[in-house]
Amino acid sequence: MVKIEKIKNNIVLPIYAFIFAFFIGGLVIVFSDPEVMSNIKSPGKFLTSAGAKIGNAYLAVFQGSIYDINLARGESFFKGFYPLSETIVTATPLILTGLAVTLAFRSGLFNIGAQGQFIFGAIGASYVGFHFDLPPVIHPIASILAGVFLAGIYGGIVGLLKAKTGAHEVIVTIMLNYVAGFFILWLLKTTLFLRPGRIDPIAPEVSENSRLPLLLGKDLRIHAGIFIALLAALFVWWLLAKSTLGFKFRAVGSNANAARSAGISIPFVTTLTMVLCGALAGLGGAVHVLGTEHALTSGIGGSLGFDAITVALLGRAAPLGTVVAAFLFAALRTGGVTLQSNTGTPAEIIQVIQALIVLFIAAPALVKGIFRLKNTSAEKTLTAKGWNG
Amino acid sequence: MHNLTVQQRRQLRGLITMFVLTLFGAYVFYFNSDKTEPITFGFIVGDEWKLIKEWVIVSKTGAGIFLSLSIVGVLVGYLQLRSKRTLSLSSFIFGFSFIMAFLCWAASGKFIPFTGLLQGALMLSVPLIFGSMSGLLCEKSGVINISIEGQLLAAAFVSGIVASLTKSSIWGLVAAPFAGALISLLLAVFAIKYAVDQVIIGFVINVLVIGFTGFIYTELLIPYEATWNTGPSFSAIAIPILSKIPIIGPVLFNQTIIIYFMYLIVIAIQIALFKSRWGLRTRAIGEMPIAADSVGINVNRLRFWNVILAGFVAGIGGAYFTVGSVGGFTKQMTAGAGFIALAGLIFGKWTPKGAVIAALFFGFADNLQGTLTIIGVPIPSEFMLMVPYVATIIAVSGVVGRVRAPAADGIPYSRGNK
Repeated sequence: MVKIEKIKNNIVLPIYAFIFAFFIGGLVIVFSDPEVMSNIKSPGKFLTSAGAKIGNAYLAVFQGSIYDINLARGESFFKGFYPLSETIVTATPLILTGLAVTLAFRSGLFNIGAQGQFIFGAIGASYVGFHFDLPPVIHPIASILAGVFLAGIYGGIVGLLKAKTGAHEVIVTIMLNYVAGFFILWLLKTTLFLRPGRIDPIAPEVSENSRLPLLLGKDLRIHAGIFIALLAALFVWWLLAKSTLGFKFRAVGSNANAARSAGISIPFVTTLTMVLCGALAGLGGAVHVLGTEHALTSGIGGSLGFDAITVALLGRAAPLGTVVAAFLFAALRTGGVTLQSNTGTPAEIIQVIQALIVLFIAAPALVKGIFRLKNTSAEKTLTAKGWNG
Repeated sequence: MHNLTVQQRRQLRGLITMFVLTLFGAYVFYFNSDKTEPITFGFIVGDEWKLIKEWVIVSKTGAGIFLSLSIVGVLVGYLQLRSKRTLSLSSFIFGFSFIMAFLCWAASGKFIPFTGLLQGALMLSVPLIFGSMSGLLCEKSGVINISIEGQLLAAAFVSGIVASLTKSSIWGLVAAPFAGALISLLLAVFAIKYAVDQVIIGFVINVLVIGFTGFIYTELLIPYEATWNTGPSFSAIAIPILSKIPIIGPVLFNQTIIIYFMYLIVIAIQIALFKSRWGLRTRAIGEMPIAADSVGINVNRLRFWNVILAGFVAGIGGAYFTVGSVGGFTKQMTAGAGFIALAGLIFGKWTPKGAVIAALFFGFADNLQGTLTIIGVPIPSEFMLMVPYVATIIAVSGVVGRVRAPAADGIPYSRGNK
């Protein structure tokens, strides 16, 4: 019974959170549009124009993320799936960085540093990708390993500092994100990384051999990275649910004192967790460079670090949940681009909706209060901890 | 040297670090320096831009003088350590003279507008100081505030719009604290009432504010700029006698009203926190809420009001971005100041004085970087930009002394659940 309740909770709650977030997002769209608001004196006209505005906006999000009927009419049925391919391409790094946050959560750590780790992964993969000349299958593997290695070290610094000196990982990761941001800016000015003949910060393209293969021909950007991401999710699930090491991680995450009494070395778990988190985020960076971008730019990280945390929170710090959440957020993100170009509604509304979703999910009591849901004992919120814990 | 306390051992490590840095400086800035051209420091003596005094010094000589001074700093530190006192004076002497020696070396043949450098540093520090005071009020009472960035940004946004709609910078400044407090209300409700992890809720609030202000900016503020985003801004008020003090006068006492508010707020918080009943209670609920509760303090109510107060303070800092300087609002104009403010709070060991010094240091480092980039020095600007962040990591790693947060910081309080 408890299990059924739990599953229901994990599905019903996010659905309510989505409905609520989209509703408030709709209100924001309507109340910030002077044209719609000019009709406010005649309720009928106001409601129809408001409805049309919201309807068009959310339809554009759908068209931009899943299936575009206009593209399908113009060319082929298949071409209509272009947006879905874009969604999957966007989801790939989100899954990997999201996993980097999820894994940390389960060991009781809050990894805000996915951004910096992602950047170092991208740097490593890009360097091996454009600098060396290796045979086809070996080249992408070597490039990915280079990225994973660099990012693993970058994440490991956080774990080691926490284990040795008690420096809080939230502070250290925030600071390291800035350091990584400045580092890549500098790196792209050096002769080693700057593409010959360019003055804007961009590295040479990675060689053809090192790129991840496209899955559905040249027209769609979807590439083999998605399988790497899904495999990584499977690995994290196995690690947490089936392995002894994962048991230690979870033990430290749920009660560090009890874990210590049971003879688990907390410094070891903390350091190893952060190395693995760094490696996962770095894998994201490597895959993003080798599969999607092909060239390192200073903005390669985008807002991925932030998005990764929202994804992990929405996925309730579970590997499967993180994958689903990454797809949802990727759909919203790619849909947001179409939203802005088709209807003129700024894509930032997607960020608002995303934040609202997480807000409602982080505070189950609030949503339950609004929708009068029954309180169950099986619910798990992310536990609150202090700076010193 | 073997019966030292942990604290003294850390100080000794700090002292050795200073000494090694001085030796390093002596090698790079003096013995191995090939800089022959003189450096010119410009000072504004009165509050008139015309009254500029120049101080020209040969690069190598200047570096030598300031390096000797930093050795004096290290010696003072040794004496302080011997007499079991803290190393504050020596750190200050060392820090100042080491930076000056570095400048003598780096800016050889160039002009350094010294007063301008300090003025710029103060300007960059203002939002950091307001932000870290907001963080301090929350964290001293046991609520982690990651949403300083959101408070600053929301207040900048609201004050910009209000100033534009009313055509009055005063109304902009009046509205800003309420915007900050509104963000605080979100934090307070979720952190105190619903006991959500405070780091997570603070984080989500930031995303929400960044998204919302960005949305309205693109949807309203750009297309209808004339009505919504052409706010006026405050002009500087020179305080009659004080602004005539050489060097620091024009820096500290020829500023906008927001900066004078800042002085008052910092002094008020410093005194109230350590001398008043409110301060004692605030520190009690941040360190040991169960004990505070047992003597009849309503822990969650005091936390709630302190968090709201923190929003007010951050709000004034937010106004500095718009009515305090440029007038109009731009997307994400706070650019991470909230996070640096948080770092400053930790760097300053959760004390008002420490946080202000940290904020000034970050502001100075940032402005120095900007100045040096403009005049062109041999160090990449990106590495100069990293300084505050790396310094913070070093600080929290306990190299410059153990940093400890209030014991109950971040832990929701409910009776029977200590």
